[in-house]
Amino acid sequence: MTPRERKGPISTGSEWTFDLIRTYDHEIARIAERYALDTYPNQIEVITAEQMMDAYASVGMPLGYHHWSYGKHFLHTEKNYTRGQMGLAYEIVINSDPCIAYLMEENTMCMQALVIAHACYGHNSFFKGNYLFRTWTDASSIIDYLVFAKQYIMKCEERHGIDAVENLLDSCHALMNYGVDRYKRPYPISAEEERQRQKIREEHIQRQINDLWRTIPRGEHKSDERDAKRFPSEPQENILYFIEKHAPLLEPWQREVVRIVRKIAQYFYPQRQTQVMNEGWATFWHYTLVNDLYDEGLVTDGFMLEFLQSHSSVIFQPAFDSPYYSGINPYTLGFSMFMDIRRMCENPTEEDKRWFPDIAGTDWLSTIKFAMQSFKDESFILQYLSPKVIRDLKLFSILDDDHKDELLVSAIHDESGYRTIRELLAAQYNLGNREPNVQIWNVDRRGDRSLTLRHTQHDRKPLGESTDEVLKHLHRLWGFDVHLETASGDQVINVQHMPPRSEHAEGSEYPRLDLAFSPI
Amino acid sequence: MSYVIDRRLNGKNKSTVNRQRFLRRYREHIKKAVEEAVSRRSITDMEHGEQISIPGRDIDEPILHHGRGGKQTIIHPGNKEFTSGERIPRPQGGGGGKGAGKASNSGEGMDDFVFQITQEEFLDFMFEDLELPNLVKRHLNGAETFKTVRAGISSEGNPSRINIIRTLRSAHARRIALSGSSRAKLREAKLELERLKLQEPDNIGDIRAIEEEILKLRARIERVPFLDTFDVKYNLLTKQPNPSSKAVMFCLMDVSGSMTQATKDVAKRFFILLYLFLKRNYDKIEVVFIRHHTSAKEVDEEEFFYSRETGGTIVSSALKLMQEIMAERYPINEWNIYGAQASDGDNWNDDSPVCRDILINQIMPFMQYYTYVEITPREHQALWYEYEAVRDAFSDAFAQQQLVSAADIYPVFRELFQRRLAA
Repeated sequence: MTPRERKGPISTGSEWTFDLIRTYDHEIARIAERYALDTYPNQIEVITAEQMMDAYASVGMPLGYHHWSYGKHFLHTEKNYTRGQMGLAYEIVINSDPCIAYLMEENTMCMQALVIAHACYGHNSFFKGNYLFRTWTDASSIIDYLVFAKQYIMKCEERHGIDAVENLLDSCHALMNYGVDRYKRPYPISAEEERQRQKIREEHIQRQINDLWRTIPRGEHKSDERDAKRFPSEPQENILYFIEKHAPLLEPWQREVVRIVRKIAQYFYPQRQTQVMNEGWATFWHYTLVNDLYDEGLVTDGFMLEFLQSHSSVIFQPAFDSPYYSGINPYTLGFSMFMDIRRMCENPTEEDKRWFPDIAGTDWLSTIKFAMQSFKDESFILQYLSPKVIRDLKLFSILDDDHKDELLVSAIHDESGYRTIRELLAAQYNLGNREPNVQIWNVDRRGDRSLTLRHTQHDRKPLGESTDEVLKHLHRLWGFDVHLETASGDQVINVQHMPPRSEHAEGSEYPRLDLAFSPI
Repeated sequence: MSYVIDRRLNGKNKSTVNRQRFLRRYREHIKKAVEEAVSRRSITDMEHGEQISIPGRDIDEPILHHGRGGKQTIIHPGNKEFTSGERIPRPQGGGGGKGAGKASNSGEGMDDFVFQITQEEFLDFMFEDLELPNLVKRHLNGAETFKTVRAGISSEGNPSRINIIRTLRSAHARRIALSGSSRAKLREAKLELERLKLQEPDNIGDIRAIEEEILKLRARIERVPFLDTFDVKYNLLTKQPNPSSKAVMFCLMDVSGSMTQATKDVAKRFFILLYLFLKRNYDKIEVVFIRHHTSAKEVDEEEFFYSRETGGTIVSSALKLMQEIMAERYPINEWNIYGAQASDGDNWNDDSPVCRDILINQIMPFMQYYTYVEITPREHQALWYEYEAVRDAFSDAFAQQQLVSAADIYPVFRELFQRRLAA
């Protein structure tokens, strides 16, 4: 479009109307096109605060199966909101095609415009461009799949009772973070196919399982070497996948439910890995786009003041000793980094040329697009965190070693500390470091069918206190004993059992406790 | 490329099912909280929900995560005075980093999970112990009693309410309206036919044409249905709330040494139930609390339920006081009077016949309903047998019941409700 014929701002009041939303969206789209932002079509839905709380409760899924934990989430949100302890998010955006963005009706016109720029052009283009989302999620089929999942689980509830399904889901949720493939691309999920294939899969899997657990004696010469081999021959990190394929006692419908939880975990996996980038990117764009609106005279000074007020509270970073401090604000970090990349491209300093010879002085738009498309939080920070951002945020690192009495400040924002801080901060966003490394190690196929997990310890970090509970859930899924070995290097230093074994019974005949936890 | 959709009118309670699932899962906790609330609240204060709090530890969803300990490095923003290599004492509250360790490592703390349940849910949980049937629960919960009254005619309704006269009248009107023009043409054609037959009896062609025309018109008129669906009219009934007026509820309780706090709690449930029941039926309710040991006294609710007295028991003192208050403050033509008496059955033996006489002669004639509950697992004593005489004399307005636990309260009410619902 050519520059607007109309002189003066689009709106002057703070009330929004549907026409105004359309006009703003139109103008923002025009400017976004100038930057060649590639987006899915937008579906902007205006909802009430109550509906926003519903959307919250379903953790960002536009529709989800029923589970008490979502009810808990809802009650929590509702309480905090009605007591005024918490504002609701201004928007929720869903990685789907078309990209669904929820706008709250309570927002002012300025907020609606901010949200449109942030969600419909920022997040949206991130979903479409970033390599993780491109590889791991299929935006066009997610809604269909969620519909399938919801209906399937409802059918299971009718057939097997609410309690049975709820217990199963509880167990799956406990292991949800261990239900993702980190390295291989999953099949795109589509509801139609899913429905058709689901029946065939049921029968097929059951047949395989039966084969695995075959008890008919084989020829003697073979059995020895087979038993000596560990099963699985390689450790498996996708615990839910392993359960789905190999748990001996699960019914076909239970395997399907495990699969559903696994698929949903996989869908959210990229979001968990790109929080800083995703929010930083969206914030960068709402800032840029709305400023352009202002430069063209399409919004008033009052609008701009309100915008800046919201913007700066979004990127507010309390210091570590502030009572409001709860870790690094991903909006702040991401926004500062993208702004800084642009600065380095446009006005590089000597330092930038030394640290980032590849990008200093290049075209900023293609540089940040490349950054957005090709990285996740960990690698993005490792690649682009500049000394300037470290200085601006005054980052420093604290080493907490439980063998020492004091904490060590290992690096601060000075020449000798930049690199260390950058590496440490990147590691902090590495999901592999954040979550304990627990993998399926062995199944005792010829013996008591027990399942052994191995936790490989990193920096002597122990497992949290809810591990026992998780093992109970795993035991419920597996149906036989579960052991969790903790290994440091190659040495096993601790073993947890579920059902628990008492000390003195160790090694001797111990009573089987299988029945204490009924296998669902 | 963008579509703007107004979703505000879509259902907003998408989470209702999940919320119910949650309440179902934690019903034990909620029931306990409700029980505590019942003993804490005033019996006239049942009109709102309750805040429930569940220990965070019971409600956590377990996941595998790192615990405290080992070597942890955390990056924090906002450095002020630290220099590289500096050692600082570990802040109190154990390991973790400064500040952030608390929030980011272990997720949410062990705070209680607090949420609200609605009044309806509150009452549901409260009634659960009492084993009330659903009809009664609904009654108590607020489904008011309505009187259905005629309110004219409507074109929608139940087949059993068809108004035949109106239906046929509107069918008739429709037939006239729809066939009007055809009928006029028919009339003309008939006239024309007659004229032709008289004046041009040889014009066979025209006569036949008109005869055909007449047949066609007749057929068209006949095609107009006799009765069409939109002719049907129904008598419309609307619901009007029952006229209600004022009621007073007397709560009488023995507070002598033999009444334990547990007994009093059962009595309290009983009084609450009666109160709620009256609340649904009357606009304005007053509650009079009378407690007695050897002498009776009108008190406020707090003192009624929670102060302890010792000494013997003379029930008639309370009845006498009640009778006086009735005469003085609650004229029978203005007030519906209900009485509820709770006791453990002890009475000074010579006093029981006196009680019977006071009830029969001075109280029962003015009563809507009087209930006596004896909260004791033991044998009946003299008072019970004397009251049996009262029951015989006023069988439709007097109930007595022995309670051992809260679950026994309902039978008393069954009688009361049956009577009300039948009326």
